[in-house]
Amino acid sequence: MSTFLELDHITKTFGRKGMLGDGEVTVAVDDVSLTIDEDEASIITVAGESGSGKTTLARLLLGSHVPTDGQMLYRNKDFTKLTRRERRNFRREIQPIFQDPFESYNPFYKIDHVLDAPIKNFKLASSSADKRRMIEDALEMVGLVPEETLGRFPHQLSGGQRQRVMVARALLLKPRVILADEPVSMVDASLRATILDSIRRLNRDLGISVVYITHDLTTAYQISDNIMVMYRGTVVEAGTVDAVIPSPQHPYTKLLIESIPQPDPKNRWGSEPPQQNWDTGDTQMAGCRFADRCPAVMDRCQTTKPAQYLMNEHQLATCLLHEEKGAMENSDITSTFQTETETIKAIPVDMS
Amino acid sequence: MSTEQAIQTYREGARITDVDALVIEGFSVYYETDAGTVKACDDVTFTLKQGERFALVGESGSGKTTLAMGLMRLTRPPGHIASGSVTLNGRDVTKLSDSEMRKTRLSELALVPQGAMNSLNPVMRIGRQIIDGILDHLDEDAGVPTKDELQETVRDLLIRVGLRPGVARLHPHELSGGMKQRVAMAIGISLQPNLIIADEPTSALDVVVQRQIMQTLGRLQEGLDASIMLVGHDMGLVAQFADTIGVMYAGKLVEVGPVEEVFSEPKHPYTTLLIRSLPSLQEKREFLGIPGLPPQLIHLPQGCAFADRCPSRFEKCDESIPQMINLGGRRKTACHLYEGEGQS
Repeated sequence: MSTFLELDHITKTFGRKGMLGDGEVTVAVDDVSLTIDEDEASIITVAGESGSGKTTLARLLLGSHVPTDGQMLYRNKDFTKLTRRERRNFRREIQPIFQDPFESYNPFYKIDHVLDAPIKNFKLASSSADKRRMIEDALEMVGLVPEETLGRFPHQLSGGQRQRVMVARALLLKPRVILADEPVSMVDASLRATILDSIRRLNRDLGISVVYITHDLTTAYQISDNIMVMYRGTVVEAGTVDAVIPSPQHPYTKLLIESIPQPDPKNRWGSEPPQQNWDTGDTQMAGCRFADRCPAVMDRCQTTKPAQYLMNEHQLATCLLHEEKGAMENSDITSTFQTETETIKAIPVDMS
Repeated sequence: MSTEQAIQTYREGARITDVDALVIEGFSVYYETDAGTVKACDDVTFTLKQGERFALVGESGSGKTTLAMGLMRLTRPPGHIASGSVTLNGRDVTKLSDSEMRKTRLSELALVPQGAMNSLNPVMRIGRQIIDGILDHLDEDAGVPTKDELQETVRDLLIRVGLRPGVARLHPHELSGGMKQRVAMAIGISLQPNLIIADEPTSALDVVVQRQIMQTLGRLQEGLDASIMLVGHDMGLVAQFADTIGVMYAGKLVEVGPVEEVFSEPKHPYTTLLIRSLPSLQEKREFLGIPGLPPQLIHLPQGCAFADRCPSRFEKCDESIPQMINLGGRRKTACHLYEGEGQS
């Protein structure tokens, strides 16, 4: 088993303590440990609301944020000590797909431009015929017809098509990991399925790991193997989707799942949930970050920080309600994860 | 006011009276372009009862926002209202003068816009923005309220939408997305309108905040005895919130009916596919999208616009555009499959 990327007790804070220690500090990611494995490609969902730190985590994974504390390892090597060449290879091996399929394009360039650029940049093709073939293969892989896509301008494609071109662009680089930050939240429901389906096929057929960042637990449940739920920088619950979604153990995950608008008019929402109190600064919170909104709050929650407790083999919850289970020895949340066995083992790509 | 509900709904606490709050008849909004006429919203007819929550759903480009903007008379050139009438509280708003229409907005008809973050003035305090709306649309004959009265109104409005009164002194950038949407709602209800149009009010928000906002909106609407027209594409939200659903496709209304019935037994093949494409939390299954893409509104086919993507297509679909068929019990659909089942 070889690890692609390892996050070891990573913390990222923004702002800084003032001279008297009175400055505002926002802890965006608080002590998160996880591993992305190369041999067993899985789809990991990072779920949470705005301000939960999921996008900061994504930026850390992409190497575009430097962690405030903790260590990040790329292929067992300290990320800060990578050579220029290794860093370049890293940037090819992990590819992002962003939320907005409209803003990812320059409207003055044809679609071909976003596909040509990475090939040129990483010198992937030996001839222009080779380049053309690579682009066509990548487009077909995501279910697009090259003749109907190439040579067009972004505004001539639908949001769903544009987003799939972005998936094709990522594919050209033969990445090991695709990091998709809310890839379908701006696309119509009827087109979401096609995008998610192409992402899932990449995982199953090409053995690419996918980190799927979303607040939509329904699609997460449908496409991913494993899930981690974040709340104000901490991982509150993690495990396989089959363990977490049907039986959430953290009060926040429960609230999140209850709030999903189910397409069933006979089964409507209950009473209005309490609002988040943004007035409480992160620095003053000694205990659980969810305490001010938690329906099951106890006195101790205000002062004691919960550890990660193992609920069962495939599920952990960071909540004092489960304290009797005992804190996990291994803080790596991915130890609760499981990958479907039928996944095809990744074929290592030699890029040197 | 009768105590009996005018329409059937399973929604708790619903008070729907048999008064027509909004009657839209044969309403069309066209855009004239160099390439031809774009029928963004074509011959739409439906009625909203007082107290009813009507959800208009459809993909982007289906004409739902065009319709909502059109009935507020906010269509911008090259768009124009091509035909039809919009009767709000007994008056046809398409015939009002611009200044009359201006007074009607906010006092009778309010909009809670999509992406409230972009609809607030970034350099003006929240309280001032709410007061601005009130003063601008107030009926002058009723007298201008004093400064203290206005402050009191702002305070009251903010509390009603679930914000601290202190928010009045803040600027928009100091608020979260959900709080901004609440401010937009406070502005919307400031003159007690009887129709609230909410255009994807929660599309940029998280599920928990979305639920809070929708429930607050529902509470406000019930408090005002107003009707709501919710425009959006989230079928889950519609199922949770609305009494009646109208499905739009390529500029036309293709199905209307009570939410419970449409979800359990959709009639139009598009509605059926739309409901089937919703991912579920109960079971894992293959993703079902709707194959193909909606037609370009500038080159609409001679027959049904959905025919190309429809699994139940037959000869007639390519020959003529299906008309709205009344299936009885407040259910209607525009599909050739149901011809002969119509009731008058």
